[in-house]
Amino acid sequence: MSRISEKFERGEFVITSEVGPPKGTNIEPVLEEAEKLKERVDAFNVTDQQSSVMRLSSFVTCYLLKQRGLEPILQVTCRDRNRIALQSDLLSAAVLGIENVLCLTGDHVTLGDHPQAKPVFDLDSVQLLKAAKGLMEGHDMMGNELDGKPTFFLGAVVSPGYEPIELQLIKMEKKIEAGAQFFQTQAVYDVRLFERFMEKVQRFGVPIMLGMVLLKSPAMARYMNENVAGVFVPDELIAELASVSREDRPKKSVEIAGRLIRQMKHMCQGVHIMSLGWDRYIPAVLDEAEL
Amino acid sequence: MLIVEPKPFEEVLGFLNGDGRIFIAACGGCPVGAEVGGEAKVLETKERLEGERKVVTGYAVIEFLCNKALVGLNLARHIDELDSSDCILVMSCGVGVQAVANTVDKVAYPAFNTLSLRGTPGLWQSTERCNQCGDCLLYITGGLCPITLCAKSLLNGPCGGTNNGKCEVDPELDCGWYLIYQRLKRINRLDLLRRYIPPKDFQKYMPSKELRNSRLWALERKAI
Repeated sequence: MSRISEKFERGEFVITSEVGPPKGTNIEPVLEEAEKLKERVDAFNVTDQQSSVMRLSSFVTCYLLKQRGLEPILQVTCRDRNRIALQSDLLSAAVLGIENVLCLTGDHVTLGDHPQAKPVFDLDSVQLLKAAKGLMEGHDMMGNELDGKPTFFLGAVVSPGYEPIELQLIKMEKKIEAGAQFFQTQAVYDVRLFERFMEKVQRFGVPIMLGMVLLKSPAMARYMNENVAGVFVPDELIAELASVSREDRPKKSVEIAGRLIRQMKHMCQGVHIMSLGWDRYIPAVLDEAEL
Repeated sequence: MLIVEPKPFEEVLGFLNGDGRIFIAACGGCPVGAEVGGEAKVLETKERLEGERKVVTGYAVIEFLCNKALVGLNLARHIDELDSSDCILVMSCGVGVQAVANTVDKVAYPAFNTLSLRGTPGLWQSTERCNQCGDCLLYITGGLCPITLCAKSLLNGPCGGTNNGKCEVDPELDCGWYLIYQRLKRINRLDLLRRYIPPKDFQKYMPSKELRNSRLWALERKAI
């Protein structure tokens, strides 16, 4: 059974980090980086052609993590595969012992490095969750019976900073009805905003993992504010990050992320840290967050 | 109206290649509306081709190249010119090029690219589009089509890429689902947004045998 689902069930706080498969075959450093976090992180969320940039698959990376005794979370997007391929990949994942599946729509192909590709989007994230749940129940999307059924722990994403939040909550509820068993949020830097969001979603009764992207520089924070949907980094945080020298930025970044997680951890059931190449600082962030 | 734009002249010269004698068939409909067609544009093209030492054997501006009866009637008057030509350069949308190719046994080359309107517009020019999906959902989505308005044609709400009501593909585009949300809120029907919409049946994009054999499919077909 999925280790993270067991942890949620026991009411324990779940910590995950992100693994970005390489563009190429050089997988070893990625696996080693993850292995170093083994004692501190419960599971590794492996991106599926993140930002529509062609890379090694999430699927194979998850399998290799699993072989090393690490718990993977398979990200599955609807961008590149139709319903036949998606269902088949889910069955394949199950056979290889991959249980945690995070279902996403996926970025549009025009955002990535093959903008001329045909965007598939045969299913959307809600339909994908429903298809995965159907497989667990022993049938495919057409109702055909399966010879052996998979077990999954299905996740989905939600954006607490999205405006209008009503629209986001409606979609979240649809995802839960379709089969989502846990949620990972978009990065949140505003404690009050997260509190208000959690008040609204508490009644759904599903575990929520706070999303946290490490702020590497004031420029990056400003970029996210302008370009990343639903992300809002308050001016005070940007100023705080800008108050230290370039060399001291990682330390400050760790301090900010750790503090935010500490302030918000009691409101939710887990945290998902997206370090964007700064995995080495994750233990320090967790120390700061008292986790 | 369909929107066409001239292909780069170098591309046209590239596929005309060894063909020295060219007949020009031009549509007097949509390309005129798009300000790239009509007699003046035909004469301009003729001049450019002659500048490249091509012989333009003749030309015809036909009101609507998508009307094969009109194409046949008009081109019949140019039989000798067509006979002496290596090919026909067609200044129209893709439908017109195909209509000419199906009427005359000569190679028909497209002078234009037909631009995507993300679905079929009405015959009267406006912003609404229909993708002919064969299973209309507009009763759930407040009369706004998510297939044509959403870059991913999502059916159960917006993706995570939408920002301030705009699309992740281009910040100048509205998020279709944001528009649907606003409309449903305005008409007090947000309950519709909660409804699960199943995946599309793409078999419906394949016209049925009955439809293909019907009078509606091809009015000029005599059999029906």
